[in-house]
Amino acid sequence: MSDLKTFPQGGVHPSDQKLSAHKQIMVLKLPPVVKIPLSQHLGAPAMAVVKKGDKVKVGTLIAQSGGFISANIHASVSGTVSMIGESTDTSGYLKEVVIINVEGDEWEDSIDRSSDLKKEIVKTREEIIETVKNLGLVGLGGATFPTHVKLMVPPGKKAQILIINGVECEPYLTSDHRVMLERADEMLVGIKIIMKALSVEKAVIGIENNKSDAIKHLSDKIKDYPGITVQPLKVMYPQGGEKQLIKAITGREVPNKGGLPIDVGVVVQNVGTAFSVYEAVQKNKPLLERIVTITGKSVKNPGNYLIRIGTSIADLIEAAGGLPEDTGKIISGGPMMGKALTGIDVPVVKGTSGILIMTKKDAKRELQGSCIRCGKCISVCPLGLEPYLLYQLSNRRKFDRLESEDVMNCCECGSCQYTCPSSLPLLDYMRLGKLEVGKLIRARKNN
Amino acid sequence: MLTVSPSPHVHGDFSTQRIMLDVAIALMPAFLVSILYFGMGAIKVTFIAVVACMLFEYLIQKFLLKVPVTVTDGSALVSGILLAFNVPSSIPTWMVVLGALVTIGVAKMSFGGLGKNPFNPALVGRVFLLISFPVDMTNWPRPRLMDFSFADAVSGATALGKLKEGLMMGETVDKLMVDIPGYLDLFIGNVNGSLGEMSAMALLIGAVYLLMRRVISLYIPLSFILSVVILTGIFWLYNPSRYADPLFHILSGGLMLGAWFMATDMVTSPMSKMGMMIFGIGCGLITVLIRLFGAYPEGVSFAILIMNAVVPLINRSCKPKRFGEILK
Repeated sequence: MSDLKTFPQGGVHPSDQKLSAHKQIMVLKLPPVVKIPLSQHLGAPAMAVVKKGDKVKVGTLIAQSGGFISANIHASVSGTVSMIGESTDTSGYLKEVVIINVEGDEWEDSIDRSSDLKKEIVKTREEIIETVKNLGLVGLGGATFPTHVKLMVPPGKKAQILIINGVECEPYLTSDHRVMLERADEMLVGIKIIMKALSVEKAVIGIENNKSDAIKHLSDKIKDYPGITVQPLKVMYPQGGEKQLIKAITGREVPNKGGLPIDVGVVVQNVGTAFSVYEAVQKNKPLLERIVTITGKSVKNPGNYLIRIGTSIADLIEAAGGLPEDTGKIISGGPMMGKALTGIDVPVVKGTSGILIMTKKDAKRELQGSCIRCGKCISVCPLGLEPYLLYQLSNRRKFDRLESEDVMNCCECGSCQYTCPSSLPLLDYMRLGKLEVGKLIRARKNN
Repeated sequence: MLTVSPSPHVHGDFSTQRIMLDVAIALMPAFLVSILYFGMGAIKVTFIAVVACMLFEYLIQKFLLKVPVTVTDGSALVSGILLAFNVPSSIPTWMVVLGALVTIGVAKMSFGGLGKNPFNPALVGRVFLLISFPVDMTNWPRPRLMDFSFADAVSGATALGKLKEGLMMGETVDKLMVDIPGYLDLFIGNVNGSLGEMSAMALLIGAVYLLMRRVISLYIPLSFILSVVILTGIFWLYNPSRYADPLFHILSGGLMLGAWFMATDMVTSPMSKMGMMIFGIGCGLITVLIRLFGAYPEGVSFAILIMNAVVPLINRSCKPKRFGEILK
């Protein structure tokens, strides 16, 4: 493990706090009711194909993909559709949901529920993509981009390397770590399936060095899977960002201003996604459950749970020992990029990688001072931006200049705000700036 | 009630206060050496400068600007120490107080306070005093090891001052060097000079601390010192009887204090690596020009102040390399 790679520009070292790293994946007991949002993915919301009173089984299609960039949604439990209504999701906005009262646990017959490893890939390229699309797979790393879209290489482009993202650079989160340890073979078969769909010969699993057990475990396992290698990486946030990971592993830079990984011959998939590709293609199982980390310094039993989509986060918190008394903030995702929740009656969705509970004290932001022009924000920005300047320009509403200073390249990793000694809300203002510049760009296109 | 705020939800262990405290800690070795050689004078001037700077900041914020008082952020403390380090330990108390008023009132608060001042406040204070009271400000007490009496010290010129004066009289460097402290004395600090600038050794210890704490980076100090070495080296090789050698130049005067502690002031220096290097080289160039060809024997303060003025331009033209930029 002497040749640890990382990306060369920017980055920070938040304390990793992987409290649940050694906790085995447990199955969360079935909730009495699930609320399944119809918009759990990037792109158009899905459209419900069930109505109130319908009986569904585990795996029944309940909502049809609403466009090219969209995804099917399946029932995660068996029971009766009690309502198609609205509920708050992790974004805090009201979204359309299908509410199902749980009755028993009856699965669709088409799903192979056996636990034997099925290594042989019989499906063709087209069949793989079709299955992934039908079974509603999306990227489980957080961005929830529909997986089948990423498997279809645009004409004129060629994929050369598949990178599997096992970085999990967000502090606290451990669900990907557990997948690599406990579902290694299934995940590796999943990687082979993705390789087949993309017609690439080479796949690299990038894992940060703080997960040495996963590096070791997978390095042993890959002997049976030619073409797959493991690349240990130096711990550095935000290495799990697609662009940083590609740079770290291949040295290639995805062009800015709208460039995609495929422009440099790379496709990136998360380890959890690879596992769900295995389940979909080999076992015909839709994406209806996922592994979620429940964690936080004040949480009694931090852990990793296999959860049906639509289960209330309250049930998960209950399983981890209940909501601590001095809870100040609840975050869906990690502390660097996660979203703060408005309440705990929010369903787990396809993109929920973890729930982090913060104490009242930790939830408080420090008082902001004045910029001392130390330049630390510049040196930690992985994209070579000047956050202090973007903050000032956004604050003064100079949006033209903001655009020419490349604010749209910002990936919102938060490294600048994390580092700022004056605790300035740099990213808050940069987000505002991106929003306004986005409006300018759209207005220009429409004219 | 849950707090709902945008990410990031954690903050690193960095604060302005901590940075200022680190700078103050890093200046302590030099302060100790100063006490050893200049005795009570060093303690008195430093104490007055610090108290006056903090008091002026408090009074101006509270009564004149009527803004929240931020005197606890430590920046006035650092300005006070640096002001004291840049004056002879023998100057009268009222002069220190006046210097503090200029440092805080003119150079810092009139621009809007911490982070908004274009020029290094302590250097503005020092240069104001130097121009207004040239006699007191160039009357350097001679170092007396472990003498804590208030007795009037014998005074004399600094090494750079003696050199300049002698060269103007037509003497050669090697003759003048007989009368000038050796490299070891210059390194330890057993020389005439401003209160905190004499000991290269003590300042370097502090600099290492700041580097370890990541408060400063090497870009500015190294480019500053190296450009002084290279430029004085060229002149020295060209005519060693007219120009002193590079080692003498880096150990004497305020170069160590300036390069490690004044030019690296975050507020008044560039923010990108490239900008920092340009800034450092500019400081070195102007320092050497003043030392070798100017009217003053020492040019570090002026060099840094002149380069401070260029910082906005440097920041505008030295952009970090954008990730994914297609280079053609």
